[in-house]
Amino acid sequence: MRITRVLGATLLALGLAAGPAAADSSPSPSASDDGKAPTQAGTSFRTAAEIEQGQRATASGSTGDYLYWSFPADTGQRPTVEATVKLPDTHGSQTWQLDVYDGLRRRQSCQYGATTRTAAQGASSVELACVLRTVRGWSEPWADDPLPGTYYVRLTVVDLGASDLGQPVGAEVRVGSKDIGGAAAVDGSLGKPLVPGIAVKADADEDGSKTAVLSSFGSDDGWSSGWWSDRWVWTAIGGALAALAGIGGYALTRGSGRPAGVPPQA
Amino acid sequence: MIRRQRLAAGVCALLAALTAGLAFPAGAVADETEQAAPKVELVLDVSGSMRTRDIDGGTRMAAAKQAFNEVLDATPEEVELGIRTLGANYHGNDRKEGCKDTAQLYPVGPLNRTDAKTAVATLAPTGWTPIGPALLKAADDLNGGSGTRRIVLISDGQDTCQPLDPCEVAREIAAKGIGLTIDTLGLVPDAKTRAQLSCIADATGGTYTDVRHKEELSDRVGQLVDRAADPVVTPVATSGADRCEKAPALKSGLYTDREEFGQQRWYKVDVEPGQELRASVSVADDRAVGPNYGVLLRAVTVHGREIVRGEAAGTGRTDVISTGLRYPKQESDDDTATAETVCLQVTQSFSVASGVKTTPGLPLELTVDVVDGPSGHHDVAAFGLGRGWWLLGALVLIGFLAGLLWGWLSRWRVAVWRTN
Repeated sequence: MRITRVLGATLLALGLAAGPAAADSSPSPSASDDGKAPTQAGTSFRTAAEIEQGQRATASGSTGDYLYWSFPADTGQRPTVEATVKLPDTHGSQTWQLDVYDGLRRRQSCQYGATTRTAAQGASSVELACVLRTVRGWSEPWADDPLPGTYYVRLTVVDLGASDLGQPVGAEVRVGSKDIGGAAAVDGSLGKPLVPGIAVKADADEDGSKTAVLSSFGSDDGWSSGWWSDRWVWTAIGGALAALAGIGGYALTRGSGRPAGVPPQA
Repeated sequence: MIRRQRLAAGVCALLAALTAGLAFPAGAVADETEQAAPKVELVLDVSGSMRTRDIDGGTRMAAAKQAFNEVLDATPEEVELGIRTLGANYHGNDRKEGCKDTAQLYPVGPLNRTDAKTAVATLAPTGWTPIGPALLKAADDLNGGSGTRRIVLISDGQDTCQPLDPCEVAREIAAKGIGLTIDTLGLVPDAKTRAQLSCIADATGGTYTDVRHKEELSDRVGQLVDRAADPVVTPVATSGADRCEKAPALKSGLYTDREEFGQQRWYKVDVEPGQELRASVSVADDRAVGPNYGVLLRAVTVHGREIVRGEAAGTGRTDVISTGLRYPKQESDDDTATAETVCLQVTQSFSVASGVKTTPGLPLELTVDVVDGPSGHHDVAAFGLGRGWWLLGALVLIGFLAGLLWGWLSRWRVAVWRTN
């Protein structure tokens, strides 16, 4: 009876422990178009158009423009930036490039994805993509690991024929992310997310006046505090299983009833 | 049975917490902003060549007039809009006179749509194309105020008033004014016009557009005017020194400066114990430069020891090259610990193309944020916790062995006790 109970509980716990592992691989759910997506892009870091993850931002511009967007990314997310450029009807061969920068304007490497692509003469569009590294909660100041905060996307043509300059193009940018969860958890967190101008913004909020900000992503709200990771669940379940195994082991050697070699007492 | 329900409930609660943690949104709050009125001046080429009938069957002038009417209707309330013409009045052949021919058609200020439209209707294609002088005057028109400033230049031909190179004029203007951008539009341009107009745009961080159809013109001008209405942080002009002792002390904020080729720029920032310094720098190439370039930002103590650096290098066409650094200063146990002065050194390695002027220097943008420092860290895993099947296996095995041992021990103890 006791054995079955222990086994049952163990199986239950094991089954549930598989939960976090399965949840880890689910993509970020926020893939909704809410109509508020910007239809303009900025032309510099200062004027970058702000988009949310899951939004589909569009912009019209001219070949040769540097188009900028910015989006927030939090701890444990692995952001993916995808861009489509609609080219004019007639054009020569041209090369487009997608760059991603973090809140300190440091260029961020892409793990996968074609960040530079050449459109053949007359091609109607170019697709670019960049899968960033997982955003860490904390890193050494000497590393350039992605940290929670603002990220900038820059889309531009890097190689073109002189006569193609200034032609009308349309651009579309989507940002999504995959939750990596506790596998990427590190101990420690930033005092404030890497949002440019956050120190100035905090001061401005205090005296109640509202001024233009470099990046308006929330300073205190919405960012994960950094203490939560699914490692708590793994460790807790591990501890519970260890306790159950301990009881099992104890039951095996302790046995029930009278130990061998001990005479029954009268 | 009750025990099992409790266990299940506990695990469910844990799971719920886990899901909540995974689905935690990275929210952002939009911020309504309010600042000085943005100013825009439309500079229109009214030279003789605007008579050419090659935009959707009409003259270039007709297309420009129609576009202006549409833009005037759609201009946001807060934008102060002005119109300047070049080559609108002088009919003669004297180059000297023709090259002075630029006039303000409608002054920069709160917009009266009817007046502005009436003024536009009077225009007739006439004279020369003095782009350089017109830009200088336009920059004067936009003087004053702290809002963003933007010049939209619409032209169909090259500047006919050499030797004043409009490209260099634009660079000088950008070096003087803070946040002044020149966007250019070429009406059915030839290669030389396109090169000149895009050079003017690049010199100020503006954009160049090629126009061949009426609706392209009104869409683009409208877009540029709207862009001016977007509130933007205006950087504060500063002037870095050539070494740390003389460097200007900066607080959190956005700054701009100019850095000549081969020059070093130094700035100082005070960082209290427990605070973190964040600095990023962007150097823009506003003229023709070599294809390989880089930028280096170093945080150095007053004694010259390097703390941390940010560096970036690139190749090919670009608008800026940028990098940044973080320096968290450790919390001090000593209450009397004072702020540390950190020197920031900026160098850039752009090479100027031959025949291009090296002054004024390249525009440099510096953001400084001094924020609360990060919380402490202890090891690579969060709070020393673990995860994964190997961890579970190890814990189960150790638990099982401990159970076996404990059971054996207690059995042995009972045996000993019974025997005695």
